[in-house]
Amino acid sequence: MIGQVGGALAGGPVIPTFGTTSKCVLQNRTFCWDWFKDRWSSTFVPALLQHIQLSVIAVVIGFAIAFVLAVAAHRARWVIAPVTFFTSLLYTVPSLAAFEILVPITGINYFTVEIALVSYTLLILFTNTLAGLSGVSPEVLDAATGIGLTRTQALLRVELPLALPTIIAGIRVAVVTIISLTTVAAYVVPAGLGKIIFDAIGNSVFNTAFIGAGVLCILLALVADALFAGLQRVLTPWAAARRGG
Amino acid sequence: MPVAATGTAAPLEFRDVTKSFPGMETPALDHLSFEVPAGEVCVLVGPSGCGKTTAMRLVNRMIDMTSGDILIDGKSIKGSQPADLRRAIGYVIQHVGLFPHKNILDNITVVPKLLGWDRKRCAERAEELLELISLPQEMGSRYPSQLSGGQRQRVGVARALAADPPLMLMDEPFGAIDPINRDRLQNEFLRLQQAIKKTVVFVTHDIDEAIKMGDRIAILREGGDLVQFDTPDRILAEPADDFVARFVGADRGLKRLALTKLDEIDLENATVVREGESVGLEAANGTGNVVLVDNDGRPVGDLRGHQMSAVRAADARPLERTLRSTDSLRDALSMMMTDSLRPLLVLDAEGRVAGYVSIDLINDALRRVRGDNHSDSGINLEKTAAT
Repeated sequence: MIGQVGGALAGGPVIPTFGTTSKCVLQNRTFCWDWFKDRWSSTFVPALLQHIQLSVIAVVIGFAIAFVLAVAAHRARWVIAPVTFFTSLLYTVPSLAAFEILVPITGINYFTVEIALVSYTLLILFTNTLAGLSGVSPEVLDAATGIGLTRTQALLRVELPLALPTIIAGIRVAVVTIISLTTVAAYVVPAGLGKIIFDAIGNSVFNTAFIGAGVLCILLALVADALFAGLQRVLTPWAAARRGG
Repeated sequence: MPVAATGTAAPLEFRDVTKSFPGMETPALDHLSFEVPAGEVCVLVGPSGCGKTTAMRLVNRMIDMTSGDILIDGKSIKGSQPADLRRAIGYVIQHVGLFPHKNILDNITVVPKLLGWDRKRCAERAEELLELISLPQEMGSRYPSQLSGGQRQRVGVARALAADPPLMLMDEPFGAIDPINRDRLQNEFLRLQQAIKKTVVFVTHDIDEAIKMGDRIAILREGGDLVQFDTPDRILAEPADDFVARFVGADRGLKRLALTKLDEIDLENATVVREGESVGLEAANGTGNVVLVDNDGRPVGDLRGHQMSAVRAADARPLERTLRSTDSLRDALSMMMTDSLRPLLVLDAEGRVAGYVSIDLINDALRRVRGDNHSDSGINLEKTAAT
């Protein structure tokens, strides 16, 4: 699925010369609908899909790692300090620097991009998952143990369901962060909406490409956030009951 | 009163149980031994730090004992896996600990599901339990956060009873409830217990609650010493030492009176007359308790001390104060004190004359100790639920 975005912009001139060039494009007005619509299916849609794919892979892998670490830390508290230190370290590395550091090691490829993106999800997802698990009230846990749930049963049937709102809140932050960071990743591997933006910045300033990709990126983040907010409501009807909803 | 499948109750025995926590100089429990017969409520009571909760939590292995043994139905609790053991023991705690993400039905059926009951059997049991705790069936689909504190506590009891365990552990189950609702929940539980007859270990720091709920009370002192293990009446009548006497309070005599209902003692006979009948021999004979009744046998006036040939309604003193046979001796004494300690008329459940209670009767009752097998005891030994 991941492939080069359509050649329309790749290294090409600022103002594409093919097709009919509208007055809007010639004058480089703020936003040219006609230009945007012409390139919607050939340029923007593939870039958008690629962007989604890069982000989803990063969050899924990041969550898998963070979840395992959080469950381990919940059982063995000593795990918390080293994991928090390491993931904080990863989180504080400036994103551009991270990509630059990785390229000599892993090369210019999607693997490099994902390593960097995943490392940015870890702190948020680990912290929130652990907070969710730790936030289960002691008397609920005492009752769960006292009526005969094993540790694993208590984790799966009580702690994780109760941690879900906090876990999903973490995923929402991670998703929005990663959708934004994936744009920066195009600096290393030209892909996703970031590629359109970098091309636009690099070659001059053609407003429509820049704004179109930028707005798509923002919309993607908003839609993803809303999706997870909806998912949380569906998965935790009891939380709505508690809020009196 | 709906009765859920009344299953089994198992005797419980603490055998020389000691629990020491690491880093503590003195053990939390020191060679604790006592037995609770099947179907009885045993209350563990004492000041904080006396180890009562620790003792309770040893039973379902929430805490493991250092030495000694605990036997349920003659079998050591060490013989089964903790989770299996706990599924066979009801567990109710002060803050209930219902699962906020499960509705009431799912909360109630957690243990049956763990035990592998099928869906139909779980649903039937849940319906039965809601009825047992007097919650409307439609509450089953609500979440715990939508219930009041008292309702949540009832659901907690239902959850503990779900798989019909022979033994229940209750750790200050009504401690977080306001006094009015606490009283109601206590009474409800006593009625429930009369129907289900479980063996119950009940932990509280409140001696009044212990007296009310317990068939037997274990009084513990700091350091896990069992100071006295006895029936409520004997603990009040014959405290083992100063500690117990102080713990049960200076008003222990009154507390004892509160334990006995008027229908549990032999009341003084009352002679019943109708209008036009004569009062004479009867009044002179013995107590002098004479009551004027109407044609339905309901009392209308007091004729104590009267002697006349043809009773007229006008001669009778109106009955300002009467007692019910379900009132306690303490209620009777309290009412007498507002009326120069004169004997008072007691009515039965139908409102007919049951007899008279006098200060002498109350005095007699205080002199007898319930729980003793004295043949002279005229008091019913059965403890009854307060109403």
